[in-house]
Amino acid sequence: MNGPWWATLRRELTLIWRSPADMVQPLFFFMVVVSLFPLGLSPKPELLALVAPGVVWVAALLAVMLSLDGLFRRDQESGALDQMLTAPVVSVLPVSAKLLAHWLLTGLPLALLAPLLGYMMQLPVPALATLTYSVLLGTPTLTVIGAIGAALTVGLNRGGILLALLILPLYVPVLVFGAGVVRAAVDGSPTQGLLAVLGALLALALSLGPLAVAMGLRISAGD
Amino acid sequence: MSCDSLRLTVRQLQCERDERVLFRDLAFQASAGEIWQITGANGAGKTTLLRILVGLHGFYEGEVRWHSPLAPDLLYLGHQPGVREELTARENLRFSAALNNQPGDVDAALDAVDLYGFEDVPAAHLSAGQKRRVALARLWLAPKKVWILDEPYTAIDQNGVARLDQRIRDAAGNGTLVLYTSHHRVGDDVRRLHLGAEAPA
Amino acid sequence: MWNTLKRWYHQLGSPRYFYRFADIVLPWLWPLALIVLAIGLVWGLAYAPVERYQGDSYRIIYLHVPASSGALMGYIAMGVAGLVCLVWRMKMAEVMLKALAPFGAVLAAVSLISGAIWGKPTWGTYWQWDARLTSMLILLFMYLGVMVLQSAIRDPRQAARAASLLALVGVINVVIVKYSVEWLNTLHQGATLNLFSESSINPAMKYPLLISMLGMWLLYAANVLMRARAEVLSRERRSGWVRKLVEGH
Repeated sequence: MNGPWWATLRRELTLIWRSPADMVQPLFFFMVVVSLFPLGLSPKPELLALVAPGVVWVAALLAVMLSLDGLFRRDQESGALDQMLTAPVVSVLPVSAKLLAHWLLTGLPLALLAPLLGYMMQLPVPALATLTYSVLLGTPTLTVIGAIGAALTVGLNRGGILLALLILPLYVPVLVFGAGVVRAAVDGSPTQGLLAVLGALLALALSLGPLAVAMGLRISAGD
Repeated sequence: MSCDSLRLTVRQLQCERDERVLFRDLAFQASAGEIWQITGANGAGKTTLLRILVGLHGFYEGEVRWHSPLAPDLLYLGHQPGVREELTARENLRFSAALNNQPGDVDAALDAVDLYGFEDVPAAHLSAGQKRRVALARLWLAPKKVWILDEPYTAIDQNGVARLDQRIRDAAGNGTLVLYTSHHRVGDDVRRLHLGAEAPA
Repeated sequence: MWNTLKRWYHQLGSPRYFYRFADIVLPWLWPLALIVLAIGLVWGLAYAPVERYQGDSYRIIYLHVPASSGALMGYIAMGVAGLVCLVWRMKMAEVMLKALAPFGAVLAAVSLISGAIWGKPTWGTYWQWDARLTSMLILLFMYLGVMVLQSAIRDPRQAARAASLLALVGVINVVIVKYSVEWLNTLHQGATLNLFSESSINPAMKYPLLISMLGMWLLYAANVLMRARAEVLSRERRSGWVRKLVEGH
């Protein structure tokens, strides 16, 4: 329990625990953005139910993206990132622990919050479970892909908007299938196949992503 | 030193940054048990040289080779202490120790750098010198084959300087190769590498 | 054969040889590209037969398809250059990566605009979120992402390596985006051209299309060589051979 991977995971969880704002802000953002749509579109239930899958998914995607900007920044500024890159372990190890911690404290709460917001957006109750599964399966992919962008922009002082330009196009497949599976559930069509596609995207992201993130961090360090 | 022990060879090393040649034709050979002081004016490339040696900086020409039976067992203390303010001194050190595979008594190490009583204080409440000491405490954990220290004496008080001198000499005596940047000289038998145009005094 | 290839790889990998190569090839490549493209376009726009269902409006494929294929090929080439750059740290791959992006982005934009113009008579609207237009839009965003990242990082070599990683991830993404928006379903017609099996369009329409595609690729190649040559000069401006070159003129 005291290897580099566990030590990093414990450290990350402690860090987020000590500054809960980092964890609460994306969730708060998620709720605020979703609540804007009934105000901006129209509170008509039929219309909201129609756009709900896309709205909830786009808001979740933006929340994950915004939370990623700080993923490596403070470690880079404090010099801790250099320690992780020079440690006698492959950098994928601490990187993957960081990604897992990030998902546990943003992606997972987003998934737990999603059914509530879906309900408020007038999604039929049977579709709420599918919404939760889709966010649960999709957010880890978003974390990993976004972390690649965060790694590449960590040393640049205007990371925020640049990060969005880099990673939002990479988020398109998750958005298409994530919102798609919820729409399928609303229509009463089978959803397993589409959830499996989200799972396949996740498997791809998990197999190649941490390597790419570690490589991105090395590139940003100057290697 | 026996021929299979650790050695570092640098040949014809050249590095440019922002259109400027930092150093050119840099060559030296360092072996286990030696202490190397790297000096030079601000911007002469001291930090960059250390980052090249630990593999963080990859844009250079020339040769940097570690001859060692295994991958070099490095300890690198960068320009920034690598201490997160949200964590306590003990948590910071414990993480570094686990990450770098350096078992050892964390509290005793903090004691050795005069942080007794500050173990549970969040690093945000520590002074710059104390943060630096949290990083330096790693030198009192399990030994490493190579120490690469970027300005370890920054913000350290007199008492701390004497202890760090002693620690570096002890480590070198036990066969650790130490390379550090600073204007402070650890002892008389220190080899000096000067970066920059003017010749060393 | 293998040895010849290896020698070329090493020679073109050296900025100096590359410069010489580009210097010899470019004066021929530009006119060749323009002539081939002109033949393809004039043949296609003026002489190819009228399409049975779409009338003359289909003729915009002689611009649309070459631009689309060029944009796609260009991004894939960027991914390959990125891989070479990350794995072998080859300087010329960094240069190529940077040179490939701008014209690729232009072609993606041309593809989108010509697609929109084609859309008006065909769908009755300039814009439809159809699979191929949407993919091309995302591709344009990814081109812009690579260019923005590259310009945000000061050190040119570091910028190239960062862009390499992004382009490599982008290539995987292009494939997945294509399938995902296809699944999202469309009004667009199925692929009209398949080089390897029997084509679904009339040969009298196909030949000018192939020629204008070839012309567009040659034009892209000429643009890339020109940009890469300029980049090599700027990167190597302090080396002996560039100085000699400048003084010699």
